[in-house]
Amino acid sequence: MSQIKIPIGPQHPALHEPESFNLTLEGEIIVEAEAKLGYNHRGIEKACESRNFIQDIYLLERICGICSHSHSTCFVQAVEEIAAVEVPLRAKYIRAIIGELERIHSHLLWVGVAGHEVGFETLFMYAWRDREIVMDILAWISGNRVNYGMNTVGGVRRDISPEILEQILGSLNTLIERTEYYTRIVTDEPTFMGRLRGVGKLSKEQALSLGAVGPIARASGIARDVRQDDPYGAFSEIEFRISTDDHEDVLGRTVVRVHELMESYRLLRTLIENLPEGPIAVKVPRKIPVGETLSRLEAPRGEDILYLKTNGTEMPERVKVRAPTLANLASIREMLCGAYLADFPIIVAAIDPCFSCTDRMIRVGNGKNDNLMNWQQLREYSIEWHKKQGLDLGQIK
Amino acid sequence: MLKKLVKWARVKSPWVLHFNTGACNACDIEILAALTPRYDIERFGIQLKATPRHADVILCSGPVTKQIKDRLVRVYEQMPEPKFIVAVGTCACSGGVFKGCYSVEGGIDTVIPVSAYIPGCPASPEAIIDGVVKLLERIDKPEQFQKAQPILIGEGEPNE
Repeated sequence: MSQIKIPIGPQHPALHEPESFNLTLEGEIIVEAEAKLGYNHRGIEKACESRNFIQDIYLLERICGICSHSHSTCFVQAVEEIAAVEVPLRAKYIRAIIGELERIHSHLLWVGVAGHEVGFETLFMYAWRDREIVMDILAWISGNRVNYGMNTVGGVRRDISPEILEQILGSLNTLIERTEYYTRIVTDEPTFMGRLRGVGKLSKEQALSLGAVGPIARASGIARDVRQDDPYGAFSEIEFRISTDDHEDVLGRTVVRVHELMESYRLLRTLIENLPEGPIAVKVPRKIPVGETLSRLEAPRGEDILYLKTNGTEMPERVKVRAPTLANLASIREMLCGAYLADFPIIVAAIDPCFSCTDRMIRVGNGKNDNLMNWQQLREYSIEWHKKQGLDLGQIK
Repeated sequence: MLKKLVKWARVKSPWVLHFNTGACNACDIEILAALTPRYDIERFGIQLKATPRHADVILCSGPVTKQIKDRLVRVYEQMPEPKFIVAVGTCACSGGVFKGCYSVEGGIDTVIPVSAYIPGCPASPEAIIDGVVKLLERIDKPEQFQKAQPILIGEGEPNE
């Protein structure tokens, strides 16, 4: 059968962010998929190097508007590790509370988007209505609905008053009731399950070899969660359960996310009830000593990794972010190949893609000199270039 | 007569397209939140459409990245006349925190003309509704508003 190529994106109703996919079709079946990224690349990592550590928190928060707290927490954890600062316990708990609230709002958002992609508009409207409850809580605590600005090096910037804690516990009951309804939908509703079952298969072996993280890995039966594997902040003190599923498809990913919602409510309650008294921040000098570190954190979409190198000044020397979507992007191809074209939106939506997190670099091609270089080639090219300018830098190791 | 009818239809039910020009998703989810039951922007007849060819208004969010610039111009050219662009969020208005990044062009108005600016990081759904309704008032009764006079520098007498 002859093959057709279909470009999807960068502006496409099924995609909410500018990214583009080239699909090769045989009839209705996708045989090859290729993702083209970089539309969202803004150059944040480079910009971090010209701002001080406090300014970087707010800049890194704006990598992504959905998991903004994850990125900033990941960064302050790295800075605190290099500066050898012990963060007060109350600050750790407040960070964890905001992190769980963020996970709840992100997962509710996802449930809505998944409903929208399979034509279940009612679920979209319901889930987004309930999400407003979480947004209200976040606005009570931090003063802003998105981009909370809670973190600072050495702790958090705002305390949570007992009245607000009381209000949160009240709102949790409504959320639990609503989420029980969503659990019933994804485990009992035949139309919804029939639409999602067997779509976007990713076996356990594939998920392991492609390095899937977060709900994608957990829906393929891999119990992988940084909160348990490498406990950070308050998670070293409280127990929690990892939700896994062995459907290995979009249905499994939905089930995992809905169960994680329930688990997050339970965690939130434990965190609030055990919230210790004490200061919320310690003072950290503006200059951070020389060092490098790697910080890991479980963002709503999976494992977020941040590499930080400091040089003893007020500004970092290098910041590198590996967002969870990048780790899951490799498995998208496996999921798409062999699927129907009509399943494309839900398969891509099922990894909960966030391309503003992912786009950490771009490849600029002008059509003539369009070739990629590795580090060795780049070094040789640079030495050659300097030789032509009359400088021999080849001796420098 | 027909002109009046078209204008009435445009003001009573504008169709909008949402286009992300490199935003961090925060403004995007707030635009979507404005469509959902709590804020329900459809009260004003506003409907989200999938293609620029059906759209009267484009809600642009985010600083314009170098990669998306050509696409933004293309989407703008695909729109039927008259075109209204709304810049949602501080980044879309001026570049925001990303101003000066090597891959960022600046605000939306560095590439295409903008009709309304809604600042905020992110712009809250209330602000988005307010901005769009103000734009609609302006489309409805343009004679009530003074046209902004461009300030000319170095050409004869300065405008008062």
